[in-house]
Amino acid sequence: MKVLVAVKRVVDYNVKIRVKPDHSDVDLTNVKMAMNPFCEIAVEEAVRLKEKGVATEIVAVTIGPKAAQEQLRTALALGADRAIHIQTDEKAESLAVAKLLAKVVEQEQPGLTILGKQAIDTDNNQTGQMLAALTGLPQGTFASEVVIENDKMHVTREIDGGLQTIELTLPAIVTTDLRLNEPRYAKLPDIMKAKKKPMDVTTPAELGVEMASKVTLLKVESPAERKGGIKVGSVDELIDKLKNEAKVL
Amino acid sequence: MSLLVLAEHHDGQLSGATAHVVAAAQAIQQHSGGDVDLLVAGEHVAAVAEAAAKLDGVNRVRVADHAAYAHQLAEPMGALLAELAGDYSYLLAGASTTGKNVMPRVAALKDVSQISEIIEVDSADTFKRPIYAGNAIATVQSADPLKVLTVRSTGFDAVGSLQDQGGSAAIEAVDVVVDNAQSTFIKEALAQSDRPELAGAKIVVSGGRGMGNGENFKLLDGIADKLGAAIGASRAAVDAGFVPNDMQVGQTGKIVAPELYIAVGISGAIQHLAGMKDSKVIVAINKDEEAPIFQVADYGLVGDLFEILPELEQKL
Ligand SMILES: Cc1cc2nc3c(=O)[nH]c(=O)nc-3n(C[C@H](O)[C@H](O)[C@H](O)COP(=O)(O)OP(=O)(O)OC[C@H]3O[C@@H](n4cnc5c(N)ncnc54)[C@H](O)[C@@H]3O)c2cc1C
Ligand SMILES: Nc1ncnc2c1ncn2[C@@H]1O[C@H](COP(=O)(O)O)[C@@H](O)[C@H]1O
Repeated sequence: MKVLVAVKRVVDYNVKIRVKPDHSDVDLTNVKMAMNPFCEIAVEEAVRLKEKGVATEIVAVTIGPKAAQEQLRTALALGADRAIHIQTDEKAESLAVAKLLAKVVEQEQPGLTILGKQAIDTDNNQTGQMLAALTGLPQGTFASEVVIENDKMHVTREIDGGLQTIELTLPAIVTTDLRLNEPRYAKLPDIMKAKKKPMDVTTPAELGVEMASKVTLLKVESPAERKGGIKVGSVDELIDKLKNEAKVL
Repeated sequence: MSLLVLAEHHDGQLSGATAHVVAAAQAIQQHSGGDVDLLVAGEHVAAVAEAAAKLDGVNRVRVADHAAYAHQLAEPMGALLAELAGDYSYLLAGASTTGKNVMPRVAALKDVSQISEIIEVDSADTFKRPIYAGNAIATVQSADPLKVLTVRSTGFDAVGSLQDQGGSAAIEAVDVVVDNAQSTFIKEALAQSDRPELAGAKIVVSGGRGMGNGENFKLLDGIADKLGAAIGASRAAVDAGFVPNDMQVGQTGKIVAPELYIAVGISGAIQHLAGMKDSKVIVAINKDEEAPIFQVADYGLVGDLFEILPELEQKL
């Protein structure tokens, strides 16, 4: 079974971003970039499926600027067999990304497509569900366990009340949650080998997908800052403050 | 310009989050006009529909009561909403795991964008939403003919419920039934608790990696009992298996904004702060006086939680 994994280049999760002075967007100049953490979990799951003999080939795909090839190389170093870069400098909104991924699904016919549940920059949490709708495939979102048997898959999902297990027919779309696995680090020899693995470069225009979105970003602001408070010296003082100053007890 | 809100429910109970989503719909309605309808989809949901009909400002409750919608799986729910979408200019749901699962599917089926987790309504087409773990607030404008939105509950005060007055919205059956051979419900393991729901609780006490193990979370129980609080956790505490996933507060867990949030043994990573920094009063208990959580805490107590918690429980 072929597995397709969608990876996104985003700001590193440790970075505390700043808003541009003109409020047009956040400022990403000279900021450390990385693979979206949920995409690392997606790649890891694909690699584990290959190690178990369930997956036969892993294809990593990204939509983004030239620099996003770094994240594809990381995916290749972690165990993907080949990569597809859909190159664009335009902002890729979830719907456009899902349309592009749907084209790739049509071409590649993967048995399973794995995405992160959420990109930590836009915090959208949409693309996998949109891809499922566009391809007409079932979806297992927020997965914390995936078990594949024959042409069926059991997905255990992290839901608000606890865990839910559903059965999906294959092919299907899965989005990863934090507990699905713990991603490994790429080893130096694998990073070297990854440089020789095949990478196809294409564009949205070649795939016939319009990138323009009907949603416009008007303004980006910093949230209201919380003022740091005080340190109390004892439990008694804490209770007193909560009762008499904050009046929340 | 009518609006349709997807009602959230579990075990025959309308979830409290729905009243917040209706409030967001009303905030839009002030600019757009039109009616606010509710959709209750599920199996054996008559009681849910009745509770929904009592929500303030709801025009009509549409009920799709059929085995196809039991467990509200994404495929049939998405198809149902896409079918009903023609009557509306707005589709809204809470930013719960249900709303997040279903709404993007509907948006894609209708070839429109989704705007996730709105926290403010500026006008009929302009909304505010947090991005980058809440470290920036984006104002976005949508020119889509159908606007698909998920709503962050903490952004909108819940509408009231006309419990005692007779007035309630019309309840109408929807007879759209969709086939679904692709997904099947197998089982659910839901947390059983007498405590208030995390999302709606007035007080939340959360434990982090500093709690050491799951057993030690009992130290929070007594305090939560006395305060009528819900219990939350950091990702580290969930990953370590101390407590279940549904207790995670943060960027990729639950968003809470209680009157009082007490963070115990939590360092205050940006991903955790994203889920609780809109709380009215924040208390941090941590043995490391440099922990970033103190930068957002109104009251910080530096010390060993294993000494502080028993004393706190006793003195409350
Ligand atoms: C993609 C992604 C998503 C994430 N999403 C979330 C999320 O939604 N929610 C979330 O919480 N995190 C999230 N995280 C993780 C986040 O980055 C932090 O790793 C996590 O919040 C740390 O949890 P913690 O504060 O419990 O643990 P730590 O950072 O290890 O802090 C433990 C604290 O306990 C204190 N302590 C230890 N012993 C004691 C004692 N005896 N008495 C008093 N204090 C003590 C220590 O001083 C320390 O400050 C996410 C990370 C990523 C990459
Ligand atoms: N530009 C992109 N390129 C490749 N995959 C993407 C891109 N944007 C989003 N995705 C995938 O969709 C997931 C969810 O993103 P989002 O819906 O934007 O929060 C990510 O974890 C990726 O797997």
